[in-house]
Amino acid sequence: MKSNRKLILQLCGATLGMFLFGFALVPLYDVFCDITGLNGKLELVAKKSTGVIDTSRAIKVQFIANTNESMPWDFVAKDVEMTVHPGENARADFFVQNLTNEQMVGQAIVSVSPSIGAKYFHKTQCFCFDRQVLNAKQAQDVSVLFSLDTDLPESVKKITLSYTFFDITDLQPVAAN
Amino acid sequence: MTSAVDHHHGPATGMTRWLFTTNHKDIGSMYLIFSLLMFFIGGSMALIIRMELVEPGLQVVQPEFFNQMTTMHGLIMVFGAVMPAFVGLANWMVPLMIGAPDMALPRLNNFSFWLLPFAFFMLLSTLVMDGGAPDFGWTFYAPLSTTYAPPSVTFFIFAIHLAGVSSILGAINVIVTIMNMRAPSMSYMKMPLFVWTWLITAFLLVAVMPVLAGTVTMMLTDIHFGTSFFDAGGGGDPVLFQHLFWFFGHPEVYIMILPAFGIISQIVPTFSRKPLFGYASMVYATSSIALLSFTVWAHHMFTVGIPLVGELFFMYATMLISVPTGVKVFNWVATMFRGSMTFETPMLFAIAFIVLFTIGGFSGLMLAISPADFQYHDTYFVVAHFHYVLVPGAVFSIMAAAYYWMPKWTGNMYDEYLGKCHFWCSFVGLNLTFFPMHFVGLAGMPRRIPDYSIQFADFNLVSSLGGFLFGFSQLIFVLVVVKCVKGGKKAEAVVWEGAEGLEWQVPSPAPYHTFETPPEVK
Amino acid sequence: MKERSCSSAVLIILAALWSVSAQADWALNMTEGVTEVSRSIYSLHMQIFWICVVIAIAVFSVMFWSIIHHRKSVGAKAEQFHENTTVELIWTIVPVLILVAMAVPATTTLIEMYDTSDSDVDIQVTGYQWKWQYQYLGEDLSFFSNLSTNPDEINNKVEKNKNYLLEVDEPLVVPIGKKIRFLVTSNDVIHSWWVPAFAVKRDAIPGFINESWTRIDEVGTYRGQCAELCGKDHGFMPIVVQAVTDEDYALWLTEKKASIAAEVAAAARVWSLEELMVRGEQVYQKNCAACHQVGGQGISPMFPALKASAIATQAEQRDAHIKIVLEGRAGTAMQAYGAQLSAVELAAVITYERNAWGNDTGDIITPQSIQSMLKSK
Repeated sequence: MKSNRKLILQLCGATLGMFLFGFALVPLYDVFCDITGLNGKLELVAKKSTGVIDTSRAIKVQFIANTNESMPWDFVAKDVEMTVHPGENARADFFVQNLTNEQMVGQAIVSVSPSIGAKYFHKTQCFCFDRQVLNAKQAQDVSVLFSLDTDLPESVKKITLSYTFFDITDLQPVAAN
Repeated sequence: MTSAVDHHHGPATGMTRWLFTTNHKDIGSMYLIFSLLMFFIGGSMALIIRMELVEPGLQVVQPEFFNQMTTMHGLIMVFGAVMPAFVGLANWMVPLMIGAPDMALPRLNNFSFWLLPFAFFMLLSTLVMDGGAPDFGWTFYAPLSTTYAPPSVTFFIFAIHLAGVSSILGAINVIVTIMNMRAPSMSYMKMPLFVWTWLITAFLLVAVMPVLAGTVTMMLTDIHFGTSFFDAGGGGDPVLFQHLFWFFGHPEVYIMILPAFGIISQIVPTFSRKPLFGYASMVYATSSIALLSFTVWAHHMFTVGIPLVGELFFMYATMLISVPTGVKVFNWVATMFRGSMTFETPMLFAIAFIVLFTIGGFSGLMLAISPADFQYHDTYFVVAHFHYVLVPGAVFSIMAAAYYWMPKWTGNMYDEYLGKCHFWCSFVGLNLTFFPMHFVGLAGMPRRIPDYSIQFADFNLVSSLGGFLFGFSQLIFVLVVVKCVKGGKKAEAVVWEGAEGLEWQVPSPAPYHTFETPPEVK
Repeated sequence: MKERSCSSAVLIILAALWSVSAQADWALNMTEGVTEVSRSIYSLHMQIFWICVVIAIAVFSVMFWSIIHHRKSVGAKAEQFHENTTVELIWTIVPVLILVAMAVPATTTLIEMYDTSDSDVDIQVTGYQWKWQYQYLGEDLSFFSNLSTNPDEINNKVEKNKNYLLEVDEPLVVPIGKKIRFLVTSNDVIHSWWVPAFAVKRDAIPGFINESWTRIDEVGTYRGQCAELCGKDHGFMPIVVQAVTDEDYALWLTEKKASIAAEVAAAARVWSLEELMVRGEQVYQKNCAACHQVGGQGISPMFPALKASAIATQAEQRDAHIKIVLEGRAGTAMQAYGAQLSAVELAAVITYERNAWGNDTGDIITPQSIQSMLKSK
């Protein structure tokens, strides 16, 4: 009976461990995404460029502006497409306006395609780092400063950067991760 | 109630016997009856689906109810029918096969059974709730199952929690029983394969059911407590849900098939009157399938946008699983080879299992090929594939086990004529139902749609007719069980000529208490 | 005896199937498609299928041979062998070799599908509950594509046409022979954009973009469907792609842009109640009827009724009514139509909702008033 107790405790421990492991997968998944660029998810922190410019290559960069659930904001990319050299600093401008009569809070979510390009896309400044609070009918110009890593794989000729504004007005200020 | 009637001593009388029993045979019977009930409830839902799909157009149900039916059918069959049936078989047979007097944790055993009726009562009650039952598929992908879910989703989450706790406790019980209560001279490599496969299944359950519990807990906090695990707007990721779900979901698939492998490995040698070919390789194959099952989850997500390297990894890993699975099939065939076979109902089900499960395995191999999966994914080809591994796989093995051990449970022989009727009707019905699904899937019919374009009409009609044949043939099984419990030719201790193992050393029906002193194992 | 009667039943069913199949068009296999990728996927599919068939024949013929010859009723005596290391090694190693042979072409095809070279046309595909939006990047052209099947066909009141459930009001038009890059995303839940003839299937995930590409060889109309369960009308959001020559594509672009400009210009003129009602009914059928139902009764409680509802009948709720149509309601299937429909369409549909099904408020919502509410820059 003693050995039963020990085994049961071990199995309960394993169960609890796997339950916690399920939660641990959330940050692990983020780490995994950062390393592999899975899903084109980008780290939301600024990164310095190295200063070397590779003029032998020119990459087309496209910009897409979306609002989720047709959130009633007018959000457009002023620069639809530009050509940059890896390592070069560039800037893209967007226009955003709250079309409603109430104050709203929006958060822009970034995604890069092809996903293999995500980890070579460095943003030094971006409106997506912060939530945007817009008053009724308020309009605003926002921008992103970025550079492409010189290590960007040769096969990538065109990169698309997409921003999707999500309405987080009702969301509690504490986010899960 | 069935099976455990007329015992000489032990069981209490009336309802209290069933409510408070700690006897593994009583609890096993309750699990089996419960799962049969769920099999019929889930099956009726399947028939509603097939009724709607008889011809193009909306006839019987509306799309929102159709989605509830597909969702509930999947959930009930997986968590309510197949898994409890295997736990029931484990309860009945594992102690008998290893020479133990009962399960190691009898009161826990009672508790884990009685969680199930509550879980499924809660799940089924969502059908009459405002907004209807869960309608987001049994895979409940976020955000359809979070932000866009009907209010009943909370009940669904708690039902999954309860069923999950029940499975985990059942699994712990099985592990402790097998590891600590074997007859003294029964080493691991002398255990019957059903015991082996259940031991491995139980470890899989302990490993992945908690991950499912964690995942639905995250859904719960996303829906009610403002977290954003799966909401991109709050910094989460809907694709993370799919990774978590399939990290549970793929091993879950093997939870539903490994015990079936064990059952077939008991039945084929018996009716071939020849020892199982490659016992050791069977054990190693089962273990490697279980281990590999943790490395293949993303093959359910090939179209989600995984980087090339990821696609390749998951494709190769998935293809690799066909090697140990193939070994098993070859071993069964080699067992039959040069045997002296007879074809009673359990053997018919077992042979059908081998043939049809192999077909399901082949379509699985095709689905593993990532580029081709871009065409197969989320079509009826997938529906055909997983029904071929689950219906003639899991369900047929359970039927085979029920026929095989029913004389031991009841002390009476079942009606062989009715058993064969049941087998042939099921066999024809299931192939009519699911084989045409390969064709409509390849031709481009997506799954989970209540209405379809006209070029799919003919095969869908065939599927529906087959579905009704299969569904109603299961009533024959109920008749067989009822007849067998009531009476019939008395069964001997060794029911089948070629049967080996400790369970055949006790008389038929198995007395209420068995192996109070451990038996000798040769 | 029993088996005899069962097998004759099988024969009868097979015979019945055969006679049906003689008349019907039974599509059995995957389409070869009209792109290089779709053809290599097709040949991969067939290769693996035939390998499986050969293995199946080998294994099952041994099995059935044993079943016939090693049965007790023909006097077979069971041997007692139960292992053979050589045989077991062979049937472990041979499958591995077969798998390697399968993996080689699969890997090549996959690498081809993940080609990230430059493209000629970029189209953003956005999934909505339950329609698709197509945006031609760099062309300032964007439109929605809705199911155009008559609801009476779905409800079995009239006969179904041959493109039943596979037809849309505004197909996607693309040129042949050009590399077309699809950037797939979603506005609400997960959808999946699938056209079998191109072997393009990509999940549309809210907040993320996925890409896929195709180069179509032949002019034609290609049809597909949403391939990921996305709620009630998952089965009712088809995809239609028209592949045309370069010249036709250029022509179509000009015409399409002109018709959109005309729609914007139409907002300036005065519209009568009758005109708005006629237009409003069309817009309602296309965009609203799936949830609020043709008769405006809704489906409680997920999709509220409009018929005799406070919001669509009371004068003081008028602005609230307009607001909810323009801005939608987060977390529900009610989308912000301000971004999806033209001012004329919005005015017409709101007017329709306030006057149809006995709501009879007599309200006329003008396109101009919608325009002023939409943009007050």
